[in-house]
Parts: sequence; C-alpha cells; structure tokens
Amino acid sequence: MAKTLFQKVWEAHTVRKLPNGQTQLFIGTHLIHEVTSPQAFGMLRDLGLKVKYPQRTFATVDHIVPTNELKEPYSDPIAQEMIEALRKNTKDFGIRFFDTNTGTQGIVHMVGPEQGITQPGTTIACGDSHTATHGAFGAIAFGIGTTQVRDVLATQTLALSPLKVRRIEVNGQLAPGVYAKDVILHIIRVLGVNGGIGYAYEYAGSTFDGFSLEERMTVCNMSIEGGARCGYVNPDQKTFDYIKGKPYAPKAAGWDAAVARWQSFASDPGCAYDDVVKFDAAAIRPTVTWGITPGQAVFIDEKMPALETLNAADRATAEDAYKHMKLSPDTPIKGTKVDVCFLGSCTNGRISDLREAAKYLKGRKVSPTVKAIVVPGSQLTAIQAVHEGLDKVFTEAGFEWRGAGCSMCLAMNPDKLVGDQLCASSSNRNFKGRQGSQTGRTVLMSPIMVIAAAITGQVADAREVFKV
Amino acid sequence: MSLAKVTQVKGLALAVPGDDIDTDRIIPARFLRCVTFDDLGQHAFRDERTGPDGKESNHPMNSPQAARIAAAKQGVMVVGFNFGCGSSREHAPQSIWRFGFTALVGGSFAEIFFGNSTTLGVPCVTLSKDDLADCDAFVRAHPDVEVTVDVEKLVVTAGAKSWKASIAASARDGLVHGKWDPIADLLDGASAVDQTAGSLAYVVGK
Ligand code: SF4
Repeated sequence: MAKTLFQKVWEAHTVRKLPNGQTQLFIGTHLIHEVTSPQAFGMLRDLGLKVKYPQRTFATVDHIVPTNELKEPYSDPIAQEMIEALRKNTKDFGIRFFDTNTGTQGIVHMVGPEQGITQPGTTIACGDSHTATHGAFGAIAFGIGTTQVRDVLATQTLALSPLKVRRIEVNGQLAPGVYAKDVILHIIRVLGVNGGIGYAYEYAGSTFDGFSLEERMTVCNMSIEGGARCGYVNPDQKTFDYIKGKPYAPKAAGWDAAVARWQSFASDPGCAYDDVVKFDAAAIRPTVTWGITPGQAVFIDEKMPALETLNAADRATAEDAYKHMKLSPDTPIKGTKVDVCFLGSCTNGRISDLREAAKYLKGRKVSPTVKAIVVPGSQLTAIQAVHEGLDKVFTEAGFEWRGAGCSMCLAMNPDKLVGDQLCASSSNRNFKGRQGSQTGRTVLMSPIMVIAAAITGQVADAREVFKV
Repeated sequence: MSLAKVTQVKGLALAVPGDDIDTDRIIPARFLRCVTFDDLGQHAFRDERTGPDGKESNHPMNSPQAARIAAAKQGVMVVGFNFGCGSSREHAPQSIWRFGFTALVGGSFAEIFFGNSTTLGVPCVTLSKDDLADCDAFVRAHPDVEVTVDVEKLVVTAGAKSWKASIAASARDGLVHGKWDPIADLLDGASAVDQTAGSLAYVVGK
C-alpha cells in the first residue's frame, strides 16, 4: 500500500500500543535547551530515573543566552544560573552539549541541521514548539512539554496519537522579492492559525522542489503557527547534499546505505492524504502581519481588513489586534512607522537570510530613527558571515551585530522592545508582549522586508525600495 | 506510581474569554527564567492583569471569583477557541494549575497545551460553539454555582444546566484510570523500546 512519509516514519518508530490506545513512539533524536529542560531533569532525579539513551540527546543554549556580551559570568545572574544548570545536567547524565565555548552553540533548530544530526526518516522531539523546522529534512519532528522531555530522557519514547496528513502543494515560480517566509505567512493566513490542529503538514510541489534546505526550514519552522504540530518536506538529492560531510552525517562506508534508506521514507506516489490544498506560487506577494496572531496578515500592497469583512469569530480577535497594534482597519499597513528592526531567529537567522539581507543593505544606511539588530542564529552562521564580510555590511549600515541566540524573538535576554515600539521582525510570532514589552508591537516579514523597513523607517514594499 | 483518578472536577468557575489566547499571554517569557515551576501560579496571565503603569486591569483573573478559586485550589476555567496556542512551554498549564484551576472548558485547545495539561491531570474538555456560549453566559451570571466537569460521563453541569463535552479518548482513559502521567506505562515498555532502537540504523550508529 502506498504510504506517506509520516506513516512510514511512524511505523518504523512504533514500539507498541499503550493501554490507553496511544502509541509508544521511539524518539530517535532528542534536542534540549536551557529553558524547558531543568524541570525535566529535576523530575528525573525525584523519580530516581536515568537517561536511557544519553547518546541520543543533544543540548545547546539559545533562549536566555545574552547576545551582547560574550564573556561569562553574564551580568544576568539568572541566565548564568540556567546555563550552569544545563552544564551540570548534561555532565551528570552524559549528554553532548554544544556549549557557548565550542563554536557550535546556537538556536537548537539550527544546531541539529548544522551538525548533521537532523536526518530524513527519523523522529525528533524538543521542548520547543518550532521543532517542526527539522521536518525540512524529511524528519517527523515536533515540540513537546517539559514532562514529555522527562519521558524522552527516561524512556526515549513518547505517548502519542498519530496525526492526519495534509499535503500543501505550492507550484510555480515565486516572483522577485517574494521568499519562503512569504509562502508560509500566506499559507497560515489562508488556512488559519488553528487550521492545522490534528494534522502534520506535508509541503510539496515544484516551489518546494526548487527551494534550498534553508528555505524549506523557514516554512516547516512556522507549521505550529498554523496549528500543525509538525510539518515536513520529502527528502531529495538537495537534502542529501546538505547533510553530506556534516559532523554527525553517516561516514563514507555507510553513506550510500543511508541515502537509500532515506529515499525509501519519501511519500509514495499515489498515497492517500487526509486533505490536499494547492497554492499558486506566482500569486503570492510579500506578506506582513498586522495583528497579534501570525494569521492576521496581508500582502504589503493590500489594505488591512475592514472589520465588516471578517467573520464573527475572527472579529473580536481583530478588534483586540487593531487596538494593541494602534492600527486602523481598512487602511494600508505600508508606511507604518517602524522603531526597531530584528533580523534573526530560527525562522530567518540562517546564512542565506543574512546573505540576502546584506545584498540589499550594502551601501545603504539604517534610518536614524530605527534601532536595528542582526542576530545570527548560531555561532557557525556567525563565523561564516564574518568570513564573508557580512558583519561589516551590517555594521557599516548601522545594524548592531550580535552573538548567536534567540534574542528578540522572545526577549528572554536583554534584547527587548520598550513601551509600544513597533518592530519589523523576521521571527515567527507577533503575540502580544512577545518581544519583551507588554505594549510592544511586532510585524512579521521576510528578511529583505526587514531591511527595507530599516532603511526607510517604515513598513515598506521591498520590491519598490530595491526595484526588484 | 499511583495517581488520583480524575473522573470529576468540581469547583467555582471563571470565564476567561477570547480566542487564540497564546501561551505568551498565559505566561510571559520573563517568567520562564527559572529552573522550577514552583512560583508560576501567581504570574498566570500577568501582562493581561497588570498594565504597563503597574495598575491592575479588569481582567477576570483579578476578580474576587479568581481569588476564591485560588484559595480553594480547585476551579474551572471557561475559555474560547484555540486556547494555549503558540509556544510549547509547560509553564503555561503549570501556571494555570498552580493558580488553582483543576479543569478547563473551551471550544478547542492547541495540541501541545492540551497534552501538557493532561499530563498534569488537568482535563481540557470541549463544548460545541453554542453550548460554550451558553456555559460562558451561565458562569458569568451565576458565580456562586459550582461547575462539574465529568470526564467519565463527558458532560459539564452547573445548576440545572448540562452541556455535552468531548475530550480525546486516550486522555479521558488516562484521566479516569489514574494514568494521566504516562511515565509508568512508558517505562514498562523498556525491552520493546530496546528492540525498536536496535532496528533503527541511525540509532545503532550505522
Ligand atoms: S528563535 Fe524564537 S522561535 Fe526559535 S527557538 Fe528561539 S525563541 Fe523559539
């Protein structure tokens, strides 16, 4: 019988049926970070349990790590304490830790792929909702809570129920100035922030075939913003080329067998899906959010929706959103004044994002009314960017160049909005208060749109600013 | 490990309206700066409850009703649709539970939030849209009437009212049998786990 990748990976990792009807699913790769793991280690100790497969858990620090001071002890004692806790936990239990002094630390969803830990046909769990990022490699990857982090540490398994699979096909060529970020913002806008509940999203079609692994990661990353706990792209030659030679990739002798195995996990032609949705790539335009959920988005050259045009269920959230954002229905979002620009995060903090942004930023200046920061997602990305001279392009234009981490994506470190500042952000969440100020406002967009906003001091159409 | 059987949760109820209430709103990121969950109860919905000027808002969590639930350490929160979306932080249900809520009734719940709550023994049951509106209105109008969430019979009752409730079968099963924390079952499967591990090339290092 023809099967989807999801079904094949699920079957290969099924340990047994649990008494309550759920599946005990083997988690091949477990990623942990400093925020959602300390309590899990605490529970483990309370129960007197060990880590069952310490070599299958990998740790790094990203959420709280300061990006503006690189020497320890950090001036934030809590950050220091949380990092020390992870050092102790990984040491006590024999877990590999990509620590700050290794040159390999970074946002957990960047470290996995960079190290070749993220592989097709595997199951990956992490106490972080953006774990679907790893689905770009054809892995079934999902976010879990802290008690489940404990479960994986203690048993290398989770109690789960299978998901339905929705194939999201995007076909055709994106217009100039339109990026993977616009594709996923558009998908969420159309299918809704809860449209994916109960589903895994399989992203497919010629647009995805043409995407690099980094572009696929940008899309898979935001699956959870559409309610889907996991999202993936079937593995292909590009996937294998990306993994080849990475530190944890299969070595020469095992490589061919690994590739054959990986290929066998791809969805079979003619397999059945629970749902199929199709999009035309050419119809997607640069997309920005105007509200407080990632689904509240418009094309940059559209007006924000008039309240009457929304259905009753969406109207209350929209009214709340307009009030919080200090924006008016039925007006253009283009031209809205921007105070802060943030380029980074596990959605768009990779080297290709920095290169594309620098390409348009080169020789231009950040508006004097804008504070702009660029935060490479990982130390490897930062090192590569410096090697290519990108850091200079950013600093000469007026951006602050930072160390690796999550930074202003969730503002657990000192990078925060102040008051009702409006931030043009390449991250993934525009929730109220997300960027560290209760009244702060976030407009999500692609990296090149962030650059356009930084230069003009307003929400701008990058296609006009850069004449693309 | 023996856990309480969660067949029925009874308590005063509080309506916390709105759809798409994300976990950043339930517990802002700055309260994730901790290595235990112990102190989270007091911070549930912090930024909805306290304005930038430090003044208390009229959010339901500031009401005398919320204080009664906090004191009783049991109660029912009535919410909207897609409650708990966004971040996977278990800190969100932990804060609601530690505040004093022992069950949630809503239109729909985000999956990770739902799973995290179930693992704490906190049932999140759903009602149809119309029933939810009716339940929400009733709860506001009758703050002194206790609401019962019957996980076993799948019904929410209050006074003379009753609404048909739903919850994922596996969650219901775990709650009513006192197996809402899956760790014991998962540990039981250890030898089967080793077998599965042995069948996966990437795990055995090939
Ligand atoms: S960059 Fe943002 S979304 Fe990604 S892991 Fe960090 S905080 Fe979460």
